[in-house]
Amino acid sequence: MSKFKKKKGGDLPAISTASLPDIVFMLLFFFMVATVMRETSLKVANKLPVADQVEKLDKKNPISYIYAGKPSANYKSFGTEPRIQLNDKFADVKDIAPFIAAERAALREELVPFLTVALKVDGETNMGLVSDIKQELRKVNALKINYTTRKGDPLAPK
Amino acid sequence: MAKRAAPEVNAGSMADIAFLLLIFFLVTTTIELDSGLNRKLPPIEETEPPIIKEKNIFQLQVNRNNDLFLKTGGDEKIIELKDLRKAAIDFLDNGAGQGPDKCDYCQGKKNPRSSDNFDKAIISLQSDRATKYDTYIAVSNEIIAAYNTLRDREFKRMFPSEKVTYVEAEKEYADPRTSDARKEKLKERLEKIKLLIPQKFSEAEPKSNN
Repeated sequence: MSKFKKKKGGDLPAISTASLPDIVFMLLFFFMVATVMRETSLKVANKLPVADQVEKLDKKNPISYIYAGKPSANYKSFGTEPRIQLNDKFADVKDIAPFIAAERAALREELVPFLTVALKVDGETNMGLVSDIKQELRKVNALKINYTTRKGDPLAPK
Repeated sequence: MAKRAAPEVNAGSMADIAFLLLIFFLVTTTIELDSGLNRKLPPIEETEPPIIKEKNIFQLQVNRNNDLFLKTGGDEKIIELKDLRKAAIDFLDNGAGQGPDKCDYCQGKKNPRSSDNFDKAIISLQSDRATKYDTYIAVSNEIIAAYNTLRDREFKRMFPSEKVTYVEAEKEYADPRTSDARKEKLKERLEKIKLLIPQKFSEAEPKSNN
């Protein structure tokens, strides 16, 4: 009996924080697994259009990204007309063919026909540029494309 | 010898280190959830354009002011984006075909001035160079929605045992957790629907009018 009494007399034991690192590590691992490093830094405005009939972009197949849009605030010196961005650089329409060739060269041969080109184009861009890109892609026979969009109702008023 | 407890290593700063790493990963990474409209471009080699009856074309034009102009079934009109889906479904589902072109599953009005069957019906979308990409995607989205609605309907009709729609079945097929046997079955069924209602949606190059 005296044993129990002894304990009662002491101070409130401090709450153990020993499991805090475990919890944080758990979060850490979640984010490490669930996220991928951004490969390119965007130099163009990229507010994607909305659509609701979307399909997930299949990650099993190789994907090349082509960005297009108005140069963003830090790159005003490149003008206000929509531009194409490949990897980290502003590019011209004629640079698309070598870009696709380089992307294909980096792939294993059996994967080349499955290369999908994801067009991440800003909603404010005009169709002229987009169709120029499409035309170039047709020339190099990269026919699988994906218009990357956000999910949403396109009929909703902006 | 007196029993002495080994001094405990202070693990209090471990949390700090872990937090530091956590914040680093939070800041440097983005969760990529890419989704969008998958399309297939036509190959470049010039082939003779097939002769298509005018009634089988649903001709959409988007001008530089993002207005939609629809030409189909001998009718020309300006159409609102919100009415487009229904108009496209009506056109595809019309089923005016006779004889070998007869459409067994179409539930439309059988207007002789509109499309014959799913296979013959073609939707063509032409945009201006100054059309906004936003509008273009919204229009494409509506067209794809029309196809998906019809495919859903036919999928339910042909495979009533499946408790899902065509779009859901496609998602299930793409899901890596689906078993291989199930995938085989789904693939066969999806192919059947795709054959029944092919997506004949052509995106012509934009006009360059100055």
